[in-house]
Amino acid sequence: MFIGYFTERPYQDQRSGYFGATGKPIMDLTVSNEIYDAKLGAELYNRYLDEKMYAEEMGFDGLMLNEHHGTPFCMGGAMNVEASILARMTNRAKIVLLGNILPIWDDPLWLVEQLSMIDMISRGRLVSGWVRGTGRESVAHNSPPPYNWERFQEAHEFVVKAWTTPGPFRWEGKHFQYRHVNPWVRPYQEPHPPIWLPGVVSRDSLMWAAEKRIPYIMLATEMEPTKLAFQLYHDTAAEHGYESGPQNIGYLWKVHVDETEELAEETARKYVQGPSNPFLAGNEGTVNPALVNLPGLTSRTRVLPTQAVATAARGGTGGVAGVLGRPYEQQIEDYTIITGTPDTVIKRIRHVLEYIRPGSIFFWDGDGAMTHDDAMRSLRLMGQEVIPAVKEIAKELELPGPFEVDPATGKDLTKEEAAAPTADD
Amino acid sequence: MTSLSVAWTEETRPVAGVDLHLRRGGSGEPLLILNDEFGHLGSLRYQEELAQNYTVYIPSHPGFGPTPRLDWIMNVRDLAGWYLMALEELGLNSVNAIGLSMGGWLAAEMATMDPGQFKKLALVGAMGVLPPEGFIFDMFLSVPAVCITSCFHDPEGTAEFREICPELAAPEQAQAWEIAREEACRLGWRPYMYYPGMPNLLGRLKDLPTMIVWGREDEFVPLSAGQVYHDSIPGSRLEVLDNCGHMPHVEKAEEFLGLVRQFFA
Repeated sequence: MFIGYFTERPYQDQRSGYFGATGKPIMDLTVSNEIYDAKLGAELYNRYLDEKMYAEEMGFDGLMLNEHHGTPFCMGGAMNVEASILARMTNRAKIVLLGNILPIWDDPLWLVEQLSMIDMISRGRLVSGWVRGTGRESVAHNSPPPYNWERFQEAHEFVVKAWTTPGPFRWEGKHFQYRHVNPWVRPYQEPHPPIWLPGVVSRDSLMWAAEKRIPYIMLATEMEPTKLAFQLYHDTAAEHGYESGPQNIGYLWKVHVDETEELAEETARKYVQGPSNPFLAGNEGTVNPALVNLPGLTSRTRVLPTQAVATAARGGTGGVAGVLGRPYEQQIEDYTIITGTPDTVIKRIRHVLEYIRPGSIFFWDGDGAMTHDDAMRSLRLMGQEVIPAVKEIAKELELPGPFEVDPATGKDLTKEEAAAPTADD
Repeated sequence: MTSLSVAWTEETRPVAGVDLHLRRGGSGEPLLILNDEFGHLGSLRYQEELAQNYTVYIPSHPGFGPTPRLDWIMNVRDLAGWYLMALEELGLNSVNAIGLSMGGWLAAEMATMDPGQFKKLALVGAMGVLPPEGFIFDMFLSVPAVCITSCFHDPEGTAEFREICPELAAPEQAQAWEIAREEACRLGWRPYMYYPGMPNLLGRLKDLPTMIVWGREDEFVPLSAGQVYHDSIPGSRLEVLDNCGHMPHVEKAEEFLGLVRQFFA
């Protein structure tokens, strides 16, 4: 079992008017950065980095970062900068980027160089995920949405080649062209950092991941459609001649641990009390329907079981009634928020692990209106009680993570690792 | 004005590497209508009226449905190059043409490559140049119904507005809009709906009689873009209609028909 820590790093400004469930809803692309308080921004960036470092200390296997553009709900506009800092400031945990928004890079060679440097400086701790991005990403970096999927695939092929093939070489693609590819930095890991794919919507992406034997991480989706989507992954893997397992699938959801049940509930309610976030059920804000449905961004027909829920939650059409603004209580009931004292939380996590059977999990915590103290209390208790217990449960349920069993070959990596010198030595 | 019903024929035929969907109606000298970014918006009065005197050709551009997409066409200049091949195959040489919005941009590109392709050319609220004042409306940040509404100065006062844009679009209509938007997005996402070199190339239209028609209140493609076309095409005529948005052919059909009839006569 691989256990990661995630927060979306919201821009928490109590005075912004956009803060809290009763504050002004944030409509995509309508909040001017004129209100941005630089001193507060500096505090928050440092706070979130401190929390990541503490998460490593508390025994998390992975520190997960993500990236969004032009929105207060995620301060990681240049996630690779945060990853670079963590590469130097931490020394054990994997730095899990879920992920770089491949299609919006007009110059993916620059991405090749940045990621290789992060892998070098961290001495091989980079997990390099790709995403296709939401509408706001295409708009913010002016990347043509109908070519999103083509650009994603071509950039992936290009990055992998640049990581693995000695240069110089030429690349004459449909969307990217280079006459001299020879980056003077190569990844630390052989043949290259692991590539993972997170998502919620696209059937194309999930099947592509299964075909390429790339682990797929489902982001804050509801349990039943998540299980259905993972079945599609396993079926696709079988069609491509290999047996996928827990090591190929991951699940991220909201988990907060606290000292008492009362404090846990009070704090977990803060998930839905920060700046609105289209991915934070219960406080999605007002979503621009045109932005959710940018022309050609995802296939109109090839979608996943999780799509109806995800698209409706982000203001799209054709969704399931009652998905928007799912109240806190309902999320507690359906396990999409787990909170409580360690004992309570461990039991409920066991249920999720039994039902979905992922090899990687990510606790989404410290978000919304949660303070630094809220985040630190939870991290401490996770480290002291939850992580060790969940590791035991995972052993009992036979849920190996992608560093225990190779997602591509099914090979047991723990034996090999014991024999070989580790990167940190 | 009369409103004789015209028998339109719809055919699909292989032209320049694609199964081209073509609507045709009326009788007389050929007149080519190049559709805008919304694709085919239905049978409109100005088309019926023009078909009284002309054989009107309305092709569906590749990728705008039902004509399939050609993968190699990635911008409006590519599409213009394809159209020159297609019109040659269709025998539509030296043809009178009306280009609407993105179709106006398309016609202008074709004319810069081969001004002899057209006998006379009417550009209506044409995209294709960067407006010196204001910006071209960002159609991808609004849903189709909002975009279409933005094309009118007085939507509710326009007889045909609700035919084009019903309060609740039928699923087939919504699907057709999405298909057209997707291709418009491929062709014009960036630079957004213009080609930077266009004003420098428009001098080639000096011997092509060109009329530029614009709604004074056009908020989709500002009138300043019309002025650039006018200034860049020697001998061109600029006709500005008052109290009119981006679709003079719909919002001011009568005045529009008066202008084009006189121009093509």
